[in-house]
Amino acid sequence: PTLYSANWMQFITTTIMAVEYDGGVVIGADSRTTTGAYIANRVTDKLTPIHDRIFCCRSGSAADTQAIADVVTYQLGFHSIELDEAPLVQTAANLFKASCYRYREELMAGIIVAGWDKRRGGQVYTVPVGGMLVRQPVSVGGSGSTYIYGYMDSNYKPNMTKDQCLRLVSGALSLAMERDGSSGGVVRLAAISETGVDRQVILGNQLPKWSTA
Amino acid sequence: PPGGGSGTYDLSASTFSPDGRVFQVEYAMKAVENSSTAIGIRCKDGVVFGVEKLILSKLYEQGSNKRIFNVDRHVGMAVAGLLADARSLSEVAREEASNFRSNYGHNIPLKYLSERVAMYVHAYTLYSAVRPFGCSFILGSYDQDDGPQLYMVDPSGISFGYWGCAIGKAKQAAKTEIEKLQMKDMTCRELVKEVAKIIYIVHDEVKDKAFELELSWVGEVTNGKHELVPKDIRVEAEKYAKFIGCDGRTEDGYTTL
Repeated sequence: PTLYSANWMQFITTTIMAVEYDGGVVIGADSRTTTGAYIANRVTDKLTPIHDRIFCCRSGSAADTQAIADVVTYQLGFHSIELDEAPLVQTAANLFKASCYRYREELMAGIIVAGWDKRRGGQVYTVPVGGMLVRQPVSVGGSGSTYIYGYMDSNYKPNMTKDQCLRLVSGALSLAMERDGSSGGVVRLAAISETGVDRQVILGNQLPKWSTA
Repeated sequence: PPGGGSGTYDLSASTFSPDGRVFQVEYAMKAVENSSTAIGIRCKDGVVFGVEKLILSKLYEQGSNKRIFNVDRHVGMAVAGLLADARSLSEVAREEASNFRSNYGHNIPLKYLSERVAMYVHAYTLYSAVRPFGCSFILGSYDQDDGPQLYMVDPSGISFGYWGCAIGKAKQAAKTEIEKLQMKDMTCRELVKEVAKIIYIVHDEVKDKAFELELSWVGEVTNGKHELVPKDIRVEAEKYAKFIGCDGRTEDGYTTL
């Protein structure tokens, strides 16, 4: 996308992340949308449902990611009806990749696809700008992610429980929000499993504190 | 008019008869019934196909005019009827499977594939400008998650799932034999011998003389890959079939008159 355009784009350069656990995934995001230095929306919901048990975390251009998510929601819904069964997370991820790769020159979208399906349980797939696709047990994205790679590397362990994942995600996000100017607001969390989707919001004053200031 | 009472209602697929039949589709099914038999059976860990491939000339290379096709790595297709029609449909099935994988990133489920190909076959039963496909085919697959699957599509464009089915001239006799099997409890290795036996039983030595048995399978035993049964297993299955099924055969399966 041209960065010299006259109208400022709205960005959700953010912090987003997703973690697999045995039986599902936990996803989280901050809630800041900026147009330049102005915070256009301080309570954004960046965790977008694509299907009953599949979500995506959006970072990059707000408009681009919304448009892609709408397209994939349509394609996946159609596919699910034809198949007469719940779609796979892998399918949703491939559909995101198809759009993000084909239109890579025009788009700025970093998306994490996460959800639960009965074939392979909880799965996290990351589709960064450029349109690659890779499955990871843990994935972080957005501008704030750079500040929490160290935290993730030292605190993530395989086979964590759902509550451990929730604590990990909320801790990591609040760290990133503290340091990254483009991230902030509240922490939105969602836990997706066979039984359903459990959404939470952690408000500013309830966030884990990382400094005594 | 000659040809039994259909009058002028059988000239195109776009015409119903007064008693609600589309004769062109029924005639297409007759073309299948004139072809030699093909059977497919689903067992607990895979699917086995057997085709009675009649040899019309001693000049044919062995293994030519294959009646079993590979549609995708995990999907096989056994056909009966007009072989040229069947070949073109196998290409249609291959494209469907390939496009699915390209769009969605995983193996096409067999139920979906058979419905897509059946829809294609059905389209040719709607118009007077084209004729229906003169072939039926059996699709079989094995997948880690769905397990073994078996579907059959006929010239009317309808598709059903089966545990065992037969198409072609001896389909009734073959069905009777198939019904005797407890296929849900059998493995592919056991089933291969039974499939060979059934083909030998239903083969009509008087009318049809020489035939070649084409056997293929897909299942846990092949790691989910559809392929022709290896020569040594096929030879063993044929020995079993000849011993149990019929008498008076020479070693290489050709009758001598």
